[in-house]
Amino acid sequence: MLIGIPKESLHGEARVAATPDTVTKLLKLGFEVAVQSKAGAEASFDDAAYSAVGAKIVKPREVWNSDIIFKVNAPNDDEIGYMKEGQVLVSFIQPAQHKELVDKLNAKKVTVMAMDMVPRISRAQSMDALSSTANISGYRAVVEAAHAFGRFFTGQVTAAGKVPPAKVLVIGAGVAGLAAIGTAHSLGAVVRAFDTREVVADQIKSMGGEFLRLDYVEEGKDSSDGYAKVMSEGYIKAEMELFAKQCQEVDIIITTAAIPGKKSPVLLTKEMVDTMKSGSVIVDMAAAGGGNCQYTEPGKVITTPNGVKVIGYTDLASRLPAQSSQLYSTNLVNLAKLLCKNKDGQINIDFEDVVLRNMTVTKDGEVTFPPPQISVSAAPAPKSAEAPKKIEHRKVSPKLKAACVVLGLLCFLLVGLYAPAKFLPHFTVFVLAVVVGYYVVWNVTHSLHTPLMSVTNAISGIIVVGAMEQITKSGLVGVGILAFIGTLIASINIFGGFAVTRRMLGMFRKQGN
Amino acid sequence: MLEASGLTYIAYILAALLFILALAGLSKQETAKFGCYSGMVGMVIALLATFSKISAGAIGITIVAMLIGAAVGLYVARKVAMTQMPELIACLHSFVGLAAVLVGYNTYIELGVMPEDMIAEMQLNGELGIHLVEIFLGVFIGAVTFTGSIIAYGKLNGTYKLAIFKSAPLMIPFCHWVNLAAIVVSFLLMLVFVGGGAEASAFPLVLMTIIALAFGVNLVVAIGGADMPVVISMLNSYSGWAAVASGFMLDNDLLIVTGALVGSSGAILSYIMCEAMNRSFISVIAGGFGNAPTNTEEKDYGEYRELKCNEVAELLKNSSSVIIAPGYGMAVAQAQNAVATLTEKLQARGITVRFAIHPVAGRLPGHMNVLLAEAKVPYDIVLEMDEINDDFENTDVVLVIGANDTVNPAAAEDPTSPIAGMPVLEVWKAKNVVVFKRSMNPGYAGVQNPLFYKENSAMCFGDAKKTVEEIVADI
Repeated sequence: MLIGIPKESLHGEARVAATPDTVTKLLKLGFEVAVQSKAGAEASFDDAAYSAVGAKIVKPREVWNSDIIFKVNAPNDDEIGYMKEGQVLVSFIQPAQHKELVDKLNAKKVTVMAMDMVPRISRAQSMDALSSTANISGYRAVVEAAHAFGRFFTGQVTAAGKVPPAKVLVIGAGVAGLAAIGTAHSLGAVVRAFDTREVVADQIKSMGGEFLRLDYVEEGKDSSDGYAKVMSEGYIKAEMELFAKQCQEVDIIITTAAIPGKKSPVLLTKEMVDTMKSGSVIVDMAAAGGGNCQYTEPGKVITTPNGVKVIGYTDLASRLPAQSSQLYSTNLVNLAKLLCKNKDGQINIDFEDVVLRNMTVTKDGEVTFPPPQISVSAAPAPKSAEAPKKIEHRKVSPKLKAACVVLGLLCFLLVGLYAPAKFLPHFTVFVLAVVVGYYVVWNVTHSLHTPLMSVTNAISGIIVVGAMEQITKSGLVGVGILAFIGTLIASINIFGGFAVTRRMLGMFRKQGN
Repeated sequence: MLEASGLTYIAYILAALLFILALAGLSKQETAKFGCYSGMVGMVIALLATFSKISAGAIGITIVAMLIGAAVGLYVARKVAMTQMPELIACLHSFVGLAAVLVGYNTYIELGVMPEDMIAEMQLNGELGIHLVEIFLGVFIGAVTFTGSIIAYGKLNGTYKLAIFKSAPLMIPFCHWVNLAAIVVSFLLMLVFVGGGAEASAFPLVLMTIIALAFGVNLVVAIGGADMPVVISMLNSYSGWAAVASGFMLDNDLLIVTGALVGSSGAILSYIMCEAMNRSFISVIAGGFGNAPTNTEEKDYGEYRELKCNEVAELLKNSSSVIIAPGYGMAVAQAQNAVATLTEKLQARGITVRFAIHPVAGRLPGHMNVLLAEAKVPYDIVLEMDEINDDFENTDVVLVIGANDTVNPAAAEDPTSPIAGMPVLEVWKAKNVVVFKRSMNPGYAGVQNPLFYKENSAMCFGDAKKTVEEIVADI
């Protein structure tokens, strides 16, 4: 099938949905690729590079005749007009926010797969364009901040005086947040980060940031869809107090708290920003959803009355076009692999596959959004399914335990009451031997379990002692014969058991011996 | 009722201590041999002490019996292939069981010829009743161990055509009820037997023996292949308890101590095995895995990829760390020597090679370790599941040789799978997985293995020994 790569029409968009590198991979899967002339120009991929690897360079209108369209942004009305029935469109759609767009595409009977609907499960990570884009945005956010910030990031002691390091606060430690933490840290800044999810503390640390904790405790912070959950009022109050305090200390704040399909929560009020030092910078990565800062104006940089720059760019990823194109188009290649398992250039949108089901917004003239709920992982889902099961076996209820102890005591009591005096010493020996056996055997290493069994086999041949005593004691021939057989087979055990144990142990050797 | 003289008593205590040392010695590879020797010394002391107790006329015939036994035992021990260890051990269990039955009957018969006044005295002390209980229990446990072990032997051997020796579980209708009935009836028979007092008749004893023998058969036929390690350790435990019962019968503390050691050892091993499969002991004993074929619905797992031997060799040459996960299939194909050669070749190329052993790999606790030791694989590169599970991520190639259920990702990922929750070797986290298998048939648990269809895994079909040898030649 033919995959078409149009030039992005959105103003300022520099990315492209395929690079020469990923075109090669698509061709390997059996597809043909048509690239609109100049599609990759903004991302520094020229037409010659595409045709060199085997892509066809086509005119603007022609590209829309392809069977499959790979795009970055959702198509505009003109572009939808070019599309025809049966085509497959893969791009960012945001179907929850753009219902009209979905309806228009559906009216055209175009099958639409939304790259922003890739479920957050391990298997689908290689297609998760939101994460790969977020990574780039996080990096770029720091670069933008550094550009607007009138100082060094790193602390230095120079002949011209001491320079304190910049203090950076990153709010939200998702992919973008973590990328920002890592970038700011590597530039030499002192980085702090806050997230409502306690589990990311280690990830923050690993990127070089310091995790800011709240004193407020709230249960169930990890939601099942991989995003941070909406918090209670008390929690939010404590959170805001923390931010207010941090505003007075830090030089740069990067906020990343975007909730897909909803307005971004306000985390930095005007009052807070007004307490910041002049020259400080805020990069609001949630600007597209209204922004985490009250001053934010999407797509613009503004300076507040007290000299704080608030950067509200919504196209951070697009500002590193070559890189984002490469990552995004690799995501697309991975999707193509899933769609085309036979590597024959034919695609199959298999609704049994949760990844494909979740991504598909319309198919064959039917709107299939929203997809059925699937259990997605924030913490790996299989583990949570497994953990309770294991406990089930191990946890003996305290009642049962108590019952066992009582029963045991009762048995002892009965033995003490009714057993003849002669029996008791043997019983003592028995109980003690069981305890000794218990402790000794627990120490045996797993690899020696087979020798352990053969040794116990050998020593259980000790039953020979009983048989031996019986051979002639009573003088009965029948008893003698039985005892003879008993002695014989028990001897097999003793000798066979020890000999085979010795043979086995002789085989174990250490490396180098 | 022999009165042990002071000296034999001390000798018995010494022997018991040496047996404990023997088990303690097995806690580490370094001290294992010492443990084995102290067990032998203990046995010699015990035997000498017993010889001193029996009448001179009996010594000759006893020695004859022991010599025959020794000859058979040593011959078998020398000849047995390490892959056949499970069978040998099952066979030895059955001997202990049989010996316990014989000793029990003898004690009963001797009771019949005991002087009247001694019996009267025992009755007065209340010893007679408990003595009869001991005999009864000894015979019961012995008989169950005997037939149970024979069935286990047959199942492990696999060459017998009889249905009861098929390794798949065989459930007779109302299996559990039959078992329960056997226990209840045996208990009632015991009451009858003990109630007989000095004139206790042989009838309940014989009837119970027959029931116990059948019970032993029924207990083990219902348990399937993958659960065999548990069965073997359970029978090990039973054989110990049989010895304990004999010890009580004969007033012999040495037997009691030894039996208790063996009994608890077997019980702990069973527990460890069950833990390794995330199954409760009860469900294993009641027969489980095979008889829940509910979840075998045809699911499309996608396609698997096949690699030829030379391709596997290429893959191995270009890797820097390799983990080998062997299973029962390696034992069946006798591939351990070929695997050891492969290990040496790879190590010579500077590639790190390690082995990952699942606790229930094989048909006997620690079975794989013994096989690899036989093939001279150093034991310090043979690691347990917990030691190595975190390392798969950083491994280039994992070779799965004859293992299936123990590397099944469904156990960790699919909560509806029959083996869900069972800890498994997480081989699929490695960069490449090569599975050596004869065909695409599922493993013992009858569960399809999604591992084969993962993108990073490939199949290498054929007899494990031959394919590994071919790979060695290609390297």
